[in-house]
Amino acid sequence: MSMIFGVPLAVLLGQLLIGIINGAFYALLSLGLAVIFGLLKIINFAHGAMYMLGALVTVVLFDALGVNYWVALFLAPLLVGVFGVLIEYFLLRRIAGQDHIYSLLLTFGVALILQGVLTNIYGVSGLRYAMPDVFKGGFNLDFMFLPYYRAWVIVVALLVCFGTWFMIEKTKLGSYLRAGTEDSQLMQGFGINVPLLVSLTYGFGVALAAFAGVLAAPIYSVTPTMGSTTLIVVFAVVVIGGMGSIGGAIITGILMGVIEGLTKTFYPPASSAVIFLVMVVVLMFRPNGLFGKEA
Amino acid sequence: MTMTKKLLTSAVASALMVGGAQAAISDNTVKIGYLADMSGTYRDLAGPNGLKALEMAIKDFGGKVNGATIEVVSADDRNNPDSSSSTVRRWVENDKVDMVAGMVASSVTIAVSKILEENDRLGIVSGSAASSITNEHCTPNHIHYVYDTYPLANGTASAVVKEGGKSWYLMTADYAFGHALEADVTRVVEANGGEIVGSVRHPFPTQDFSSFVLQAQASGADVVGLANAGSDTTNAITTASEFGVTQAGQTLAALLLFLTDVHALGVNTAQGIQLTTGWYWDMNDETREWSDRFMKETGVRPTMVHAGIYSSTLQYLNAVAATGSDNAQAVRKQMMDTPINDMFTKNGRIREDGRMVHDMYLAEVKKPEESKNEWDLYKILRTIPADEAYRPLSESKCKLVNN
Repeated sequence: MSMIFGVPLAVLLGQLLIGIINGAFYALLSLGLAVIFGLLKIINFAHGAMYMLGALVTVVLFDALGVNYWVALFLAPLLVGVFGVLIEYFLLRRIAGQDHIYSLLLTFGVALILQGVLTNIYGVSGLRYAMPDVFKGGFNLDFMFLPYYRAWVIVVALLVCFGTWFMIEKTKLGSYLRAGTEDSQLMQGFGINVPLLVSLTYGFGVALAAFAGVLAAPIYSVTPTMGSTTLIVVFAVVVIGGMGSIGGAIITGILMGVIEGLTKTFYPPASSAVIFLVMVVVLMFRPNGLFGKEA
Repeated sequence: MTMTKKLLTSAVASALMVGGAQAAISDNTVKIGYLADMSGTYRDLAGPNGLKALEMAIKDFGGKVNGATIEVVSADDRNNPDSSSSTVRRWVENDKVDMVAGMVASSVTIAVSKILEENDRLGIVSGSAASSITNEHCTPNHIHYVYDTYPLANGTASAVVKEGGKSWYLMTADYAFGHALEADVTRVVEANGGEIVGSVRHPFPTQDFSSFVLQAQASGADVVGLANAGSDTTNAITTASEFGVTQAGQTLAALLLFLTDVHALGVNTAQGIQLTTGWYWDMNDETREWSDRFMKETGVRPTMVHAGIYSSTLQYLNAVAATGSDNAQAVRKQMMDTPINDMFTKNGRIREDGRMVHDMYLAEVKKPEESKNEWDLYKILRTIPADEAYRPLSESKCKLVNN
């Protein structure tokens, strides 16, 4: 078998694929953050908590009401999205126009409260969510065994990412959104309900996080703390991509998944730090991130 | 001359008085500090319910010891040795804490035990796993009560090797506990004629194990050994089953699993996994009686750590009562002289290195059809006698042992 730096090619191919799968999660999560920051200038530290809520709601809906995976895929993001709209309406709106640090602290507080309360109720050992039957098993690729579910994650995550990018960058609704946050008074003058638009955008951003949470439920331990570690990595991804750049968040997410995967192969102990290392290097040479425009 | 003699006599007399004063309970209060992970990865195996177990022990003891009040303070260790060190420093220097209980992450325990040694207070470790705690990191100021990585490796790893799992791939949590477990497992596997063909040290904590599972599959080892704990272990087991590790003929060996982990995995996923435990709630009438009371307080069945916290706290209070002192050395000596016979263990004893040695158990997770309720999870396969389970003193690197 051919070897690359002492690692068999087959193993390397497998790791690349795993990297892309994890990258798809990062892309989905950082996309929501980028939408919220890019359009609303809110640094949403509750994003990890919303991801966790998405997963937790999926498990709880199944245990309590028998709601299946496919319904949860729509219902959980919807519920969490509505919750996000409420947070925007009752809390974030009050500090609109203030320095970024206010929204950061407020959302961080919301995240800590959610995590603490849910830890008291559900503990940290993790809730189980059975893999839906259709996804049991996998493809036997020559170089690895690819579970059906992981393949599904790549496809659906990329579709949702592309759809979101298209909607914001290429459609009329997207142009309203961008214009509404650029100059809200002018847009109000055109008869567009900007506050509603802002609420919905925040709700949509957190719904994306919750959607990633639903995707995560069958493969990771669902615990109230699952969002806190993920959040920091995803923030690094957004910073590398350039705060607010939607396309940048998607591409960087996948790229970072791959870099992290390769690190797990060549030098595992550094795998939790490598993304931050990349962040430092990028900030040194491109302070606005790889795809960022404004300072 | 007579002057010097007088001076000497009074010096000796006052020294004796100081000694006499030490033999009483300081401030007429026995203060216990409970330090554990209250919110992170290791919360469920010790955490707030461990504090409940501690309070149960104090209540069962009668709430007072020789007329002195018993006070409890508690703190979240956040799995962080630095912040835990400053918490314990504050406890012993300002708050007059006499004994620190709980103690979960091994890195925290090793850091904290040094502070206890400096200040001559007692620590009773119930949650930690690293066998180095009573080996190279031993101090005259702590006791390691429930289990450690030596019997975990002895129980589970030797059972798996004897069943034919000769080549091993290890996934190790990259900190003090994982390293200790890795070392102990390697020793047991090699002693039984097996070999370690590969290993990976993963960051603590890790959510996604797919990269590591793929490497374990590529290694072609018979056995994938998980030298980690808590959510790391449950995540690794879930991912391994998703990637068809066992279907492809490899065996999974989880070296440290707590009851709460198995409960979270459920018998469908965890069935057939062998594990080593220091205690199980459903072993006899005594364990069941105590577990029923614990469940009434907390709503869940106790882990071996919860039971160990209860048992060790009672042992501690008995020793304080017997010596009439809360001096660390006096109490520790009394505890070493007293065999432990309670719901936790029979004929347990504390050695000079601080290790409490007692029988351990090799258990197997029940099949779904064998399990009668959500907590009916283990069947005990074998009792590992205390002397076989723990590191013999002849191999000890502890400074308190004369080798």
